[in-house]
Amino acid sequence: MMNHSNIIRSKSLIRSKFQVILITIGLGILLGIFCLAQFTQLVSFGLLVSLLLGISLIIIYYSKTLYANLPEGIKNNGVWTGTLTGRGVSAWILGVVLTCFYILLYWFPHILGLSTSGNTGIIGFFDPLSQFFKNQPASEWFVYGTLYTLAIILFGIKFIWKYRHNKYQLLRTISVIFFQTAFAFLLPEFMLRLNLPFNDFKNMWPLNYYFFDSWHLEELMHAGNIGWFMLIWGLAMIFLISPILTYLYGKRWYCSWVCGCGGLAETAGDSFRHLSDKSIKAWNLERYLIYSVLLISVIMTVGVLYSYKTGVNTLLGINTYELRKWYGFIIGAAFSGVIGVGFYPLLGSRVWCRFGCPMAAILGIQQKFFSRFRITTNGGQCITCGNCSTYCEMGIDVRAYAQRGQNIVRASCVGCGICAAVCPRGVLRLENGSADISTRTTQLKTIHISEDALRILN
Amino acid sequence: MARIFIIGNGISGVTAARHIRKLSNHDITIISSESSHFFARTALMYVYMGHMRFKDIKPYEDGFWKKNRIELLHDSVIGIEFISKSLTLESGLKLHYDQLILATGSIPNKMGWPGQDLQGVSGLYHLQDLEMMEQYSKNCSRAVIVGGGLIGIEMAEMFHSRHIPVTLVVREKEYWYNILPPEEAAMISRHIHEHNIDLKLNCELTEILDNGQGEAAGVVLSNGEQIECNYVGLTVGVKPNIEFLKNTALETDRGILVNEQLETNIADVYAIGDCAQLRHALSGRKPIEAIWYTGRMMGETVAYNICKEPVSYNPGIWFNSAKFLDIEYQVYGFVPSKIQSPFNSFYWEHTDGKKSIRLVFNIETSEILGFNLMGIRFRHEVCETWISKKTGLNDVVQNIRLAFFDPEFYKNYEVSFVESFNQQFNQQIILNKNKTLNHVFKFLTQK
Repeated sequence: MMNHSNIIRSKSLIRSKFQVILITIGLGILLGIFCLAQFTQLVSFGLLVSLLLGISLIIIYYSKTLYANLPEGIKNNGVWTGTLTGRGVSAWILGVVLTCFYILLYWFPHILGLSTSGNTGIIGFFDPLSQFFKNQPASEWFVYGTLYTLAIILFGIKFIWKYRHNKYQLLRTISVIFFQTAFAFLLPEFMLRLNLPFNDFKNMWPLNYYFFDSWHLEELMHAGNIGWFMLIWGLAMIFLISPILTYLYGKRWYCSWVCGCGGLAETAGDSFRHLSDKSIKAWNLERYLIYSVLLISVIMTVGVLYSYKTGVNTLLGINTYELRKWYGFIIGAAFSGVIGVGFYPLLGSRVWCRFGCPMAAILGIQQKFFSRFRITTNGGQCITCGNCSTYCEMGIDVRAYAQRGQNIVRASCVGCGICAAVCPRGVLRLENGSADISTRTTQLKTIHISEDALRILN
Repeated sequence: MARIFIIGNGISGVTAARHIRKLSNHDITIISSESSHFFARTALMYVYMGHMRFKDIKPYEDGFWKKNRIELLHDSVIGIEFISKSLTLESGLKLHYDQLILATGSIPNKMGWPGQDLQGVSGLYHLQDLEMMEQYSKNCSRAVIVGGGLIGIEMAEMFHSRHIPVTLVVREKEYWYNILPPEEAAMISRHIHEHNIDLKLNCELTEILDNGQGEAAGVVLSNGEQIECNYVGLTVGVKPNIEFLKNTALETDRGILVNEQLETNIADVYAIGDCAQLRHALSGRKPIEAIWYTGRMMGETVAYNICKEPVSYNPGIWFNSAKFLDIEYQVYGFVPSKIQSPFNSFYWEHTDGKKSIRLVFNIETSEILGFNLMGIRFRHEVCETWISKKTGLNDVVQNIRLAFFDPEFYKNYEVSFVESFNQQFNQQIILNKNKTLNHVFKFLTQK
């Protein structure tokens, strides 16, 4: 005889099996259609739209079965034991698939169907949509941009479902979906249609590493008032807007509310956030790598500007054109794309943001030294459980601070707020305050009896 | 330079070791039979539920101990010679100590039930309990958890997370009824039902049945009901783990008796954490408190007593926290389960039935005594300041925003909170708008 909870249990088992079957069938059909597209010219706007809609419905339905029928709250059961989220077989398969996709995208787009004499394959598949937006056939970047935006929207919906009890997470996710869709995807495409320079207004140097390239500066300066506006806006973002916002709110205003890389990490990458390496070794590697990338990007930019101004192609014996090319290849493509996203299921969702992004490095320095932002530790409530550290996608050992009753001020913290969300004791809070700005890293807030004793001794 | 031995690598022993290292150059050795390295006992449930791996609940990397010259011995102490100051270990090793810190922790209570020592029966305290739970979770048709306290609901959540049907047997009329005031207890009982956990109130365990192979096969309850199961969790509290110290010169009661400097009756022997019992309980607190943060505070205190000068153990104003499935709980100060004259309380509950605030106060002086929070986070320092300054109830209600610690953008329930207070106590309090971190600093630093 089955009692109530037995029925619930078997229902949930049936549902999870159903999920797997549904997803497998869905992906199978998709793969079939894509293969078909690879070898035929059977593409139409309707087919593409219904395909993308199909993918969307599957992901939304999947999210619903995962979270809709459960009470609001943290949903991390089985994260480390699951094959996809716990570095199992599925994770490796997905990692290889994603990595291959990036390699093809960056270096062999013709295999994906890119051709000057008429696209075929997957890229040809997106021609109707590209024609619709800007009267041009699709490029590999258009395909990538469409899929990228779709991923942020759909997994954003999943994320919102999962964290629906937490308004900070809700608003933040709506924000990244908005900035990706409107600023990174739609607006630049429409501008191309109007024969204006491609411009993502929320992006800035040095993440946008071509900003100071001669072709880009020329393009802006020859595009009339709008071009000049884009140039001035770009400079204002770097030197005025971003430092002010980072002073007020920490680098989270960008990294987990606006940025596209961060947007993908927070939504599609959410299931992999715990995979980030928390060891001291990783932290050391992080500091060397990210500031090296920043340094190289500065040298490259200075070189490019020097060449633009003087017409001389070498600076201190370095060929500025070659340096720029290699930066684009190693940092722009291999690091941020192949490793940054391709390795999500193995290394976690913020590998690029943590180890490579020069923008994050600059905002991080601002955050560490001139910002009101910190994560406050709530008195003596920490029980050292480690959920905060485990779910920190940036690999910060949050627990090490929390158990000492110390505020967390780290250059790398992107302010996603998940540490505060998963804390079972209400210990952490993301806050901004100017009153203690010089001591916000050093205060010990635990109710230490021995701290009193120390005071007596002193 | 002294040779200091610490028995037990829980939070108390490890905190003591860390602080002794900070303050001195002594030789420090921690002995534990439970695990080779310190782990957070509070997080065992998250390992079972797959939120973390075991390595994630170790707060320090394994290299930390060597770097800080803290020696770890994975061994069991079987005898202590207090006169010759020596320890005998299971491996046969005999060690001489100059100072000894006993931090042996607790063991789960067993009330003499028939079948309580069967396989598939355990509490949730030691790493070995987790291993047993893991082993018996394969093909588990049902788990029965006995005890309506903090560990009971954790164990229920653990099995529930793996879709194993759970029965939670609670002696009282609501969950944790002897600690929580009735409304909060009822809220948690409702929440347990919402998760489809079979909650049996007003019910006790009578017997655990044997499957014939020395394993649990079911339970018999006080109402005569018999429930088949493959696992029985015993979570009716813990007691100090001092069995091996009985019948020695060490003075014990329920725990190892210590004075306010955490010294036992034997010179150079200290006891801290769950296993220590204060000879004179501090006001408003119990002589034995098996709590994470008190263990930590005792560890710090003992380190100062050994390395510097005598410091009295003083955990300050009571606080604690827990999480009941999805509902967080925080308490600051004095919140009894039965609130009677000269005390009274104001209770506000959100319409969703999952959030509440209770303010306990003294009717005569109207000073605030305690805060009880469900599903809402309050700021420790602010609550503590209000309590220690004997702030008036109206003042607290008016400035309640200063205490808010929920993430940004959370719903503003304070309007409903104050309206309800004004109505119930016939007041015209207008909420103070101050709520930023700078306001909090100003409040905390004013004399």
